[in-house]
Amino acid sequence: MSSLKIICPNGHLGFAPLKTGSFHLGVDAGPDFIAADSGSDDIGPVPLGTDTCASPKAWQEHDLEEMLLAARRIGVPMMIGSAGDTGTNSRVDMYVDTIRRIAAKHKLPPFKIGWFYSEVGKDMVRAKIRGGSPIRGLDAREDLTEAELDATDRIVAMAGVHPFVKLLEEGCDVIIGGRSSDSAIFAAAALFKGYPEPQSYYLGKVLECASFCAEPYGAKETVLGEITRDAVEVTAMAPFQSCTIASVAGHAMYERSNPFHEFVAGGMLDMTNCHYEQAADKTTRVTGMEFVPAEEFRVKLEGSGKVGERYVGMAGIRDPYTIAHVDEVIAWARAQAEERFGKDGWELHYNVFGRNGVMGDMEPLKDQPGHELCVVVQGIAPTKEMAEELTMTGTRQLFYARLPDVKGTAGGVSFVLDEVLHASPAYRWTVNHTMAVSDPLELFPTHTATIG
Amino acid sequence: MNTRKTLAELAKTIRSKNAGTDKITFDIIFREKETYEMVKRSGALTRESVCDVLNVDPARLTDFVEYDPAYAIKFTILRMRPSGSAGDGDIFGAQQYAPFLDLEVDLSS
Repeated sequence: MSSLKIICPNGHLGFAPLKTGSFHLGVDAGPDFIAADSGSDDIGPVPLGTDTCASPKAWQEHDLEEMLLAARRIGVPMMIGSAGDTGTNSRVDMYVDTIRRIAAKHKLPPFKIGWFYSEVGKDMVRAKIRGGSPIRGLDAREDLTEAELDATDRIVAMAGVHPFVKLLEEGCDVIIGGRSSDSAIFAAAALFKGYPEPQSYYLGKVLECASFCAEPYGAKETVLGEITRDAVEVTAMAPFQSCTIASVAGHAMYERSNPFHEFVAGGMLDMTNCHYEQAADKTTRVTGMEFVPAEEFRVKLEGSGKVGERYVGMAGIRDPYTIAHVDEVIAWARAQAEERFGKDGWELHYNVFGRNGVMGDMEPLKDQPGHELCVVVQGIAPTKEMAEELTMTGTRQLFYARLPDVKGTAGGVSFVLDEVLHASPAYRWTVNHTMAVSDPLELFPTHTATIG
Repeated sequence: MNTRKTLAELAKTIRSKNAGTDKITFDIIFREKETYEMVKRSGALTRESVCDVLNVDPARLTDFVEYDPAYAIKFTILRMRPSGSAGDGDIFGAQQYAPFLDLEVDLSS
């Protein structure tokens, strides 16, 4: 085979529905694989911690149905990574079940499905720590301590190409992956077909976010990648989009700290010497990529730990004097919570939108607040009852803040709702580390079944 | 002749986004090579100036790259706390670029 084509219709399956127009243009272009990643750590630590989805089921089913029907119709494998936003075991099972239901609904002829899990038990991580194999911190984090492990509720390991390749070797028509490196899903297909590592990993890198590598901006449109032994070509399928040198080269740096290096389980894609050329109106060709295998096989772990139950309150401020003294207003409300609940065992967080709610201390204009502010209050406590009362105290006491010269003594803030809202529990990222393993498949058990 | 322009006038894309759970990365991408080279020469975007704009300790700047293939300047900072921690105003890190829109660039050099 002189080239291999993969289409990617969505950079985060389920987060917003794929656009069917460009997807069907992509299917008509005759791809050898249809693939998409469904997860991200962008969504924060709550979905992983609570083992839930960030995406509505209807949107996930929409995309899985489009992809499955197209893949079975043209007889090519369909591959999904990081099922259900987090790639936990329950999300993998949910996607496998969804595929079963879609197949039954459309009475599809029998096909083979493969799936793999990626949750890692805390006992295993603890054994590594105690066995002298440090769980190394990424991004300036310290090595993982047992105390931090104790504070963790759920851990997923990030798969590279290995479980995908194994399931392709076993003849699977549909693959549902646990947590996966975005690029590995696509790279696995190319490696399975015998293409070299540098081109395969670059193919994955450029396809992983679908139309984010094209311009003008337009999310959830399909792009087509074609790999040869020497080059990767990427083509926008949406009629209004093109893959240009600027858009493709620009995408290489999207969402990573450095535009030249992409780390995956087993090595690093080096894009330092990449060369970009416009091969056709909508197509850019890339050459010169390199792949550096890792000396030690380390797998990235992501872990989330619960902080507490959470409620949210909101308050508006219009009085210029109160706006100028908003920190004192917040301090008053916080002091009332302290009087009621003591100093420890709870958290109140205030985001002052209209001043620095988005950027916090990085906001250069924090001394120039708007003429009205919205204060978002988050209260976190061990129980729902306490979190609700705490948040009510932290929100309602903004109304009663005692500023010395305020004119409006009937109430210091405005309320859209005279209540506080139950929110997701608060979690935090406890693990952003790597762990050494001796076998690339050690953390990713695979399974297969026939559907239909 | 007025040789001062804002970055918003000069750049095609000015964006920020999470790079993992602990970092936010900024991409400033120019349409033409000439503009990119002029901005590089101007010294408006340096390790020091971006830390200054964001009021962050230089120790929190992990990467600063002039990326010729994309006519882009890219830099990355460590977050004060991981994305989505309670009180984080921007889980995706997608609205942290705004102060760079108004950054003045002196093109006379």
